[in-house]
Amino acid sequence: MASGEVTARIWRGGTEGHFQEFRLGYRHDQTVLDLVTEVQRRHDPSLAYRFACRVGMCGSCAMTVSGRPRWTCRTLVADVVDKGAVTLAPLTNLPVIRDLVADMTPFFEKWRKAGGRFEAGETPAEAFSTITHDDPARRAVDAGIECINCGVCYAACDVVRMRDDYVGPAALNRAWTLVNDARDAGGPARLAQVAEGGCLACHTRQRCAQYCPKGLNPTEAIAGLKRRVTAAALKGEL
Amino acid sequence: MSARLDVWLWLAHRASGALLAPLIVAHLVTIVIAVQGGLDAAEIVARTRGSVFWGGFYFLFVAAAALHAGLGVRSFVAEHARLSNGPATAIGVVLGLVLLVMGGRAVAGLVL
Repeated sequence: MASGEVTARIWRGGTEGHFQEFRLGYRHDQTVLDLVTEVQRRHDPSLAYRFACRVGMCGSCAMTVSGRPRWTCRTLVADVVDKGAVTLAPLTNLPVIRDLVADMTPFFEKWRKAGGRFEAGETPAEAFSTITHDDPARRAVDAGIECINCGVCYAACDVVRMRDDYVGPAALNRAWTLVNDARDAGGPARLAQVAEGGCLACHTRQRCAQYCPKGLNPTEAIAGLKRRVTAAALKGEL
Repeated sequence: MSARLDVWLWLAHRASGALLAPLIVAHLVTIVIAVQGGLDAAEIVARTRGSVFWGGFYFLFVAAAALHAGLGVRSFVAEHARLSNGPATAIGVVLGLVLLVMGGRAVAGLVL
C-alpha cells in the first residue's frame, strides 16, 4: 500500500463553516484518525474532533470521510485518498458542535425513545433463563449485539434525514436484540414503542448495513421488528 | 397516533399493493384482448353492463388504488415535504376520497 502526500480538506466551524485545506504526508499504515491528530498537534491545535479508544471499540470517532460515514480509527488514509485528497466533515443528520464533532444527543435520545433499555420486569426472575447457543432468538441477538453506537448508520440513513421522528437503524437494532432476549420483560409495550416513528418507516434501502463498520445488518433487524409488530397487531396485543 | 392504527395503516398499504399487482395484470390483459379489432365503446359497455363480475373487479381495483395511493402519498409528503402526521394524513385522505369517488363514478358508468 502506498504512502504519499495528501490534501486533507477539513470542515471548520459549526452548521455554518468552510473547508480548510492541509497538505500532509501520510504513511501506508496511517489511519484517518491519525491524520486528524497530526493536523491538531502539528498544524492547528484549535481543531476539534472526538475519539477515545482508537481501536474500533468505543464508537466515538465516526466522521464523514469523502462523502460517506466511516469509523476513522480503522480507516486507512491510503484506502480513501482519491486524486491526492481526502475530505473530512462531521457526521450528517446530527447537529454540529464544532469542526468534526457532531452532537450525538438526538441519536441517544432516540435510542431511549425506541426502548433501548433492558426491562427486568416487576418481580425478580424465579429461575435462570435457559438459553442454548443454537436458539434462533439467541442467534438473532448475537447478530446485532456488537453495535458500538458510532452513529454511522444514523448518518447514512435517508429516512433519518427525511423524518424527524424516525428513531434510526441503531436504536431499532438495539430494540431487536431486546425483543429476542428471553429475559426481557418489555413485551407488547416494547413493540408499540418501535412501531410508531420506528420500524414501519424504514424504506429497506440498506445503507445502514452497507456502511456499518461492524458488519451488522440493522435492516434485517428492522424487518424482524416489522414482522413482530404486525403479528402483535393481528393478535390484538398492541 | 396510536401504534395500533399505525400498524394497521401500514398493513393496509402493503395489502392493497399486493392486491393491485394481479388486478393490474388482469386489467392489461383485458385491454389487449379488448382492442383486438379496434377500440369500441359499445363493445366495452356490452361486456360490462349489468355484470356483477366486472363491477366487482373494477370496484375492488378502484378501492385498492384509492387506499394505496392515499397511504403512499401520506408517507411521501411526510418525508419529502417534511409535514407532520396530521397534515400528511389529511392530504392522503383527501386524495384517497377523490380517487374513490371519481373511480366509483367511472365503474358505475360502465356497469349500471
